[in-house]
Amino acid sequence: MGVSMLNLGAALPEMFMAVSALALLMLGVFAGKDKAFRTVSWLAVAVQLVTIVLVVAGEGGTAFYGQFTADAFAKFCKVMILIGSATGIIMAMNFAERENMSRFEFPILITLATLGMMAMVSATDMLSLYLGLELQSLALYVVAAIRRDTVRSTESGLKYFILGSIASGILLYGMSMVYGFTGTTNFDVLAETLVAGNLPVGAMVGMAFIFAGLCFKVSAVPFHMWTPDVYEGAPTPVTSFFAVAPKIAGLALFIRVAIGPFGGVVEDWQQIIVLISILSMAVGSFAALRQENIKRLMAYSSIGHVGFALVGLAAGTKDGVTGILVYLGIYLVMNLGTFAVILCMRRNDRMAEEITDLAGLAKTKPLMAAITAILMFSMAGIPPLAGFFGKFYVFKAAVDAGLVTLAVIGLVTSVVSAYYYLRIIKVMYFDEPVEGFDRNGTEMNVIMAVATIIILAFVFFPNLLMDSAAAAAASLFGM
Amino acid sequence: MSDWPILSIVTFLPLIGAALLLLINGEEATVARNSRWVALWTSGFTFLVSLMLWVNFDATTADFQFVEQADWMPGLNISYHMGVDGISVLFVLLATFLTPICILSAWEAIQKRVKEYMIAFLVLETMMVGMFSALDGLLFYLFFEGVLIPMFIIIGVWGGQRRVYAAFKLFLYTLLGSVLMLVALLAMYFDAGTTDIPTLMEHGFSYNMQLWLWLAFFASFAVKVPMWPVHTWLPDAHVEAPTAGSVILAGVLLKMGGYGFLRFSLPMMPLASETFAPLVFTLSIVAIIYTSLVALAQQDMKKLIAYSSVAHMGIVTIGAFTFNQHGIEGSIFQMLSHGVVSGALFLCVGVVYDRIHTREIDAYGGLVHRMPSYALIFMFFTMASVGLPGTGGFVGEILALLGAFEANTWVAFFAATGLILGAAYALYLYRRIIFGALTKENLKSILDLSPREWLIFAPLVVVVLWMGVYPVSFLDIMHVSVENLVNQVETAQAAAAHAAQLAAN
Repeated sequence: MGVSMLNLGAALPEMFMAVSALALLMLGVFAGKDKAFRTVSWLAVAVQLVTIVLVVAGEGGTAFYGQFTADAFAKFCKVMILIGSATGIIMAMNFAERENMSRFEFPILITLATLGMMAMVSATDMLSLYLGLELQSLALYVVAAIRRDTVRSTESGLKYFILGSIASGILLYGMSMVYGFTGTTNFDVLAETLVAGNLPVGAMVGMAFIFAGLCFKVSAVPFHMWTPDVYEGAPTPVTSFFAVAPKIAGLALFIRVAIGPFGGVVEDWQQIIVLISILSMAVGSFAALRQENIKRLMAYSSIGHVGFALVGLAAGTKDGVTGILVYLGIYLVMNLGTFAVILCMRRNDRMAEEITDLAGLAKTKPLMAAITAILMFSMAGIPPLAGFFGKFYVFKAAVDAGLVTLAVIGLVTSVVSAYYYLRIIKVMYFDEPVEGFDRNGTEMNVIMAVATIIILAFVFFPNLLMDSAAAAAASLFGM
Repeated sequence: MSDWPILSIVTFLPLIGAALLLLINGEEATVARNSRWVALWTSGFTFLVSLMLWVNFDATTADFQFVEQADWMPGLNISYHMGVDGISVLFVLLATFLTPICILSAWEAIQKRVKEYMIAFLVLETMMVGMFSALDGLLFYLFFEGVLIPMFIIIGVWGGQRRVYAAFKLFLYTLLGSVLMLVALLAMYFDAGTTDIPTLMEHGFSYNMQLWLWLAFFASFAVKVPMWPVHTWLPDAHVEAPTAGSVILAGVLLKMGGYGFLRFSLPMMPLASETFAPLVFTLSIVAIIYTSLVALAQQDMKKLIAYSSVAHMGIVTIGAFTFNQHGIEGSIFQMLSHGVVSGALFLCVGVVYDRIHTREIDAYGGLVHRMPSYALIFMFFTMASVGLPGTGGFVGEILALLGAFEANTWVAFFAATGLILGAAYALYLYRRIIFGALTKENLKSILDLSPREWLIFAPLVVVVLWMGVYPVSFLDIMHVSVENLVNQVETAQAAAAHAAQLAAN
């Protein structure tokens, strides 16, 4: 299949999503204000699920004259993103109705953001990359501020918008520099042009800018400052969405850019990634120690997780990319489970967000406490739970690539981070109970149960995820 | 029967029991009663199955036996590989032997959240057995660290006053050591292309690499053993843990470190082991003398026994690094006997703690007048701990010291002083608790051992006597494997010395 072809078939899932999103918008508008919320939400979930089928069944190939590819890597990431989005919408429904934010635009915005993410991970050109990224970002800015009548949500949306725009600007500036020094925005051509020892200084500066912009999008240190505030301020279902799908999409994009156009100059960016990775792991571990708000804690936890995932990227090898993909798959499951728990922290019909609110959960809700404990042990990377394997794969790749120091630092910070995950278990199991939580929604119980089963069973079937991740990584390296 | 995957059955049977426990629901008292019985039956049956290992074990070969291998992560060349040799099979039995005793000892002591307690113990048993029978580095690591989860819960939920502090200390200390071992495992994988333990034993790492690997593994095992100066988590964990938790901790978990030295450090890094042997000797001697002195000054019974464990494990590490048959056999034997004896001592403490609810030594005295049977049992295990001939403690110590004497007389000399100090603190403890006038009011109505407690102590007494009177039945099992290990280490060291000589000429 030639590069210079429109070949719309490869982008069928994206087109389906775009059309469906517009159709849902029409439905919402004509059905009247917020009555259609639940219907539109479920339809949006259905759209995501159908898209998963389309993605998996799609034949792949490149489209839009080499600006877009549907390779195994893109497919793998898209499936994860779509699972994250679909679950995110399901988790938001009850919350939205209770908390007076049941606007039908919400699921549609999520769908549009997801569409942007899918375009991002499929991008093989700086411009299509930017297009996808901005579609995602604009939808997310609105989603963060969806509860426009509360100060915190508005503030969080505004912060996210301003800082996000600056990051987009930096990214765009970097792209323009790369274009200026190489004369192309196409990833394949860039990869041929930029080879070791032949990296123009301007392109290098541009690369640094691009990486900085991407770091912002995945909230890697030192571009992470927005994360805790936005996570805390945004409505909880939005936070849970932020922590999963955009993170995965951002990291996938990061991988694609680093391995694609800049794959020939690994030595030139490896040190940047090593540094960012170490800083993220350190900040994610140490700053989380003193957090009392569980959403802020999860923000720092996600910063730390990004640091761990970047360890795999720092290796710059196929194994490293496989490692990140496995890590992201496990991260997706753990985070969905954990946020389902956080969304169940309701007392007397109000959200409880402090860690101390979990006190004595083992007595009031033993099963939920056990699930949370398993999730936390897994987050801390204690074997035989799934979280350990995520760390194992990325650190294996790092050691293989000779980055032993990075591996040691990373694992030591993981011990620090174990402390705050254990603290949650301590509060639940060792402290005396406070008043119990309200009844859990059925959908939350299902999500928690599925997440826990996957985390417990992963040790028996590591290959299910491993093999497809390896295939996805191989497609990125042109194998 | 021989084609049954006995090791997997022994490893995962407790896990199935734990899953069954999850299904128990209903009234609290019923749940508690049923949980106790299910746990006891499961662990008892597991022990019986594990006896198959003992019966069918072929002591004439150093090869791994009951080997099972299945695909796990074929893409990475990592497999589910289980098997035991003469070194590990006895540890598997130790773990399966102590678990039912622990469950029995918690029969009345644990009254809240019985179901969860039993689940934690059965999961713990799976982890322990799996760790001793794993023949793949990653699988080993999985079980090695997996132990932390149930242990953290056991100490944190059912522990004493400062349980949270102790649980965190145990967890984070051990985890910090373990992650360094993980890096070392990854480095080994990178060098050898596999984490299969038998293959790694043959691999022959370069000297420089051995040094780093050794240090990383040492960080993990030294914390686990524990060696001075990283032993401080142990007294805290012991004091706060419930009785059965202490028994497992002293009886099996400490052995994981010693076993690690014998399974990884010695055969895979023989040259580095030789280089660092003086370091191990020094730390062990400090541990023996220093912690024995500290034990003399303790006011808390459990703390005293905890410090004595550190001292006893010092003998173990000395024995392991003598690189000769006596020393290593002594080291293994000492671990086994210490596992039974210190476990029994913690159970002895548990007996009076259940009645009086204090571990302060000063709160006791004159118990012999009210509890003659208890005094007898306690004396027996005190003597075993001191290393009286005729008990298991003697055989291990004398073999380890013999080995140390062959390797370095001064090491043997200092290690032997530990025995004297050991006698001092153990007898001093015994005198303060058992003898003297029975003056304290609350002790005047204390009851002697119940039938259940007799049932707990009887098998322990039998085993300790058996180990002391007829140690050959245990030594025979490990003999060929240890010989093989010694040969392996000596060959590697001789080859290196030869190469060095060639280079010098």
